Amino acid sequence: MIRFAPIFPVLALLGFLSLPSQALASDDAAGGDYQKAVAGLASDNRQTIIESLDAIARLGDPRALPALDALQDRRLKYDAKGRALIVAKDERAAVDAVTGENYAGPLDALSDPPVNNLVRQHISAVLSSLALRSPDPEQRLAAARELADRPVESAREGLGKALAAETDGRVKSLLEQTLAQIDLKSPDKAARLAAIRAIGRSGNSDFLPALRQVADRQNKSDPLNADGEITEAATRAIASLERRDLVVRAARDLFFGASLGSVLLLAALGLAITFGLMGVINMAHGEMLMIGAYVAYVVQEFFSSHFPNYADWYLPAAIPLAFATAAVVGMLLERTIIRHLYGRPLETLLATWGISLCLIQTVRLIFGAQNVEVRNPAWLSGGFEVVRGLTLTYNRIGIIVFVVFVVVLTWLLLNRTPLGLSIRAVTQARSTASAMGIFTSKVDMWTFGLGSGIAGLGGVALTQVGNVGPELGQSYIVDSFMVVVLGGVGKLAGTIFGALGLGFINKFLEPFSGAVLGKIIVLVLVVVFIQKRPQGIFALKGRTAD
Amino acid sequence: MKKTLPLIARILAVLIATLSLAGQALAQDTIKVGILHSLSGTMAISETSLKDMALMAIDEINASGGLLGKKIEPVVVDPASNWPLFAEKARELLTKQKVAVVFGCWTSVSRKSVLPVFEELNGLLFYPVQYEGEECSYNVFYTGAAPNQQAIPAVEYLMSADGGGAKRFVLLGTDYVYPRTTNKILRAFLHSKGVDDADIMETYTPFGHSDYQTIVSDVKKFAAGKRTAVISTINGDSNVPFYKELANQGIKAQDIPVVAFSVGEEELRGIDTKPLVGHLAAWNYFMSMNTPENKAFIAKWQAYVKKNNLPGGAARVTNDPMEATYIGVMMWAQAVRQAGTTNVDAVRQAVAGQSFKAPSGYDIVMDTKNHHLHKPVVIGEVRDNGQFDIVWKTAGPIRAEAWSPYIPDSAKKTADWTYPWVCGNCEKAKY
Repeated sequence: MIRFAPIFPVLALLGFLSLPSQALASDDAAGGDYQKAVAGLASDNRQTIIESLDAIARLGDPRALPALDALQDRRLKYDAKGRALIVAKDERAAVDAVTGENYAGPLDALSDPPVNNLVRQHISAVLSSLALRSPDPEQRLAAARELADRPVESAREGLGKALAAETDGRVKSLLEQTLAQIDLKSPDKAARLAAIRAIGRSGNSDFLPALRQVADRQNKSDPLNADGEITEAATRAIASLERRDLVVRAARDLFFGASLGSVLLLAALGLAITFGLMGVINMAHGEMLMIGAYVAYVVQEFFSSHFPNYADWYLPAAIPLAFATAAVVGMLLERTIIRHLYGRPLETLLATWGISLCLIQTVRLIFGAQNVEVRNPAWLSGGFEVVRGLTLTYNRIGIIVFVVFVVVLTWLLLNRTPLGLSIRAVTQARSTASAMGIFTSKVDMWTFGLGSGIAGLGGVALTQVGNVGPELGQSYIVDSFMVVVLGGVGKLAGTIFGALGLGFINKFLEPFSGAVLGKIIVLVLVVVFIQKRPQGIFALKGRTAD
Repeated sequence: MKKTLPLIARILAVLIATLSLAGQALAQDTIKVGILHSLSGTMAISETSLKDMALMAIDEINASGGLLGKKIEPVVVDPASNWPLFAEKARELLTKQKVAVVFGCWTSVSRKSVLPVFEELNGLLFYPVQYEGEECSYNVFYTGAAPNQQAIPAVEYLMSADGGGAKRFVLLGTDYVYPRTTNKILRAFLHSKGVDDADIMETYTPFGHSDYQTIVSDVKKFAAGKRTAVISTINGDSNVPFYKELANQGIKAQDIPVVAFSVGEEELRGIDTKPLVGHLAAWNYFMSMNTPENKAFIAKWQAYVKKNNLPGGAARVTNDPMEATYIGVMMWAQAVRQAGTTNVDAVRQAVAGQSFKAPSGYDIVMDTKNHHLHKPVVIGEVRDNGQFDIVWKTAGPIRAEAWSPYIPDSAKKTADWTYPWVCGNCEKAKY
């Protein structure tokens, strides 16, 4: 409807406003209120702060924005005289929040107002109601989203006006939803009916409990509950929301299952090579994951000390390094210890378990027993809401993409390179391959290195979902073996199916059985399956199967 | 005959002389004190600091002249996060090393495993970690919090207007004894406050669980409609995946606050604190407490870390169980001075009623009856620097309830080691 030139942002803001025009005209009275409200933000009393925030929300004065921002970032402080001061971001200077004058006193003598979650709740409500008047539709959208999540009844009037003035469709529908949430309890029949319909259209199943209350004929406290039209509309809205909810839940479990499956697959893929193809019962596999994770940590530290501007991009650099480091460690182990134990599964098991303990202790000596901090880069934090009730988180999406990349890479390596050909030849028919002139012991080394390297890649990915500590590998080793055995030893495709299958089953069971029982059921299912089909999902065919 | 008598006398004299010499040698000897904390295995992360703190406290006592004119000699053993090994090491400390007292244990299962040993050999254990209660041994002094000194005040805060006025609660924990018992108590407490079962969601995860997608999305759904808070008894390593998932799915502390009972300064060291900011923890002590005693305590600790070149260096922090360890060592030393001996029975009598000006700034008193400390409850919000902003605290120290009045069976029990009860779990006085 109205387009504002950027030169008049303040006017534009005020144009949107529910702000009463006399607030501008009689600057004295409003100014007094405003000053009192801003000064009250830096108080030692939580109640005063909240009252001041509400006052600012009523005034709708964008001049309060810097003070509000400062309060949220813990930069709003007060001095011995109770003056509210905004401390600059670099913590070198401060200005008076009301007058804007520079503050000369020492900064470390200032006190913090007692901000807690309750205060922050009010801050975000005020900030978004102010942002709703911004000329930038993106800012308005963000604000509307915020308000839709936390509707405040006192904002009813302002919201109505903002909705009337709104031009952006997305913002409009969000505002309608917010209004509907408030109007659902309205004593006015028409308003409530409209609210019920709007909620039915919104497809947001979060409203189900509130709608059920409205549809409840037994509830005598509210006279409108007896109204046939209202209950009918509510029942219809509930039915439509429930149908939608079912679909959303299925989609949600599908995504969660895929992401859990991907984590399992990343953890197990390296083992599918060292144990699956080579037959080494590799108890040190978990430690290869751990090495990969620590490489990610070291690279992150290196980036934040040397290239702080690119600190968020440490992950791409960590990927090849983790592969290389884990592969080298794996090849060293193979050359020095494991190759002497081929064909002796029991000794291999003990030896690799010993190696795993040594590796854990080594890492503990170098990095300490404490977990280390691997940050999610900004581009892997958060998520986006596809529809209400289904949030896809970026770190999980990242892992799904990464696992596809690793699987493709492994497949190409095994099926499209000369090394892959030798690996397949040696693992399938060692003596024949040897007779054909393949240097089998060298191929063993490369294979073990490849498996370890892929485990290292898995380790990098695991840093994005869990802890990084010396014991990281221990928590994945059982799951890894389960995936490989379930999928069928010796088959890459089996490992993929095994991991994804376990992921889906786990996630579809969890809503019904809970996590603890779910895990037990999955284990029982795996045991039964292996009993019935010891060779796993995908069996090797022919003479190699024995 | 005539000759033999002086001979016997002579032998006797020699014997007496050697005995008294030996006695003197003993007198010049040290007082041995056992430290029973895992220095390897999964619990090493938490327990190593307690060992360091106990050693610091012993250093401090030795530097100021020791106890009863003797130096204290710490005997450090490593039960390696292995519960049966805890019992073995405890036995070794009491029978072989003959220590006067043991400071140790973290998990409830390790405490339960050493309990029979201490009771059989009449040893003395100071246990420094918050726990689920429902226990009161003659041979243990509990310097950590009982549920009414941590969990219940935290829930009261969440229900208060200041804490957000939560009406709905998610009880989320790792599947073992501490979360199960705590949640049983909390559920009964919530019932007593008029919260329906429909407004309580109780969920457990296996140890080491790292996939919180479904749970977080369920919590989000459950929270629609009413103010909701999560009470987390998630153990150790599972916390990071949980908070990460929470943040990634867009849940903010101001919408659904999570209060945790086992996330402290030490646990926040070494994790990305961003997703945790604003969430709550309930303890009896925070490193950020602004008291002169705490400043002195932290300065002592940092000096000790520097002097002994402990791993972690300047990044080392203090936390609640460390404060409880410190109070335990100091109280034991006070009791030994008062009793004039390290004899377990005498010291036990003397520990009851001891008072100590703790780093939290309060005069912490050992209850005269139930072997637990009176402690203040403090609630803090996580800051991005791994410290806590204190948002609420009790007016003063609270007496511990070893047996929860919210569990019907234990409500009948009394822990009172004075006459006429002389019992840790009786329904009637013994005498």
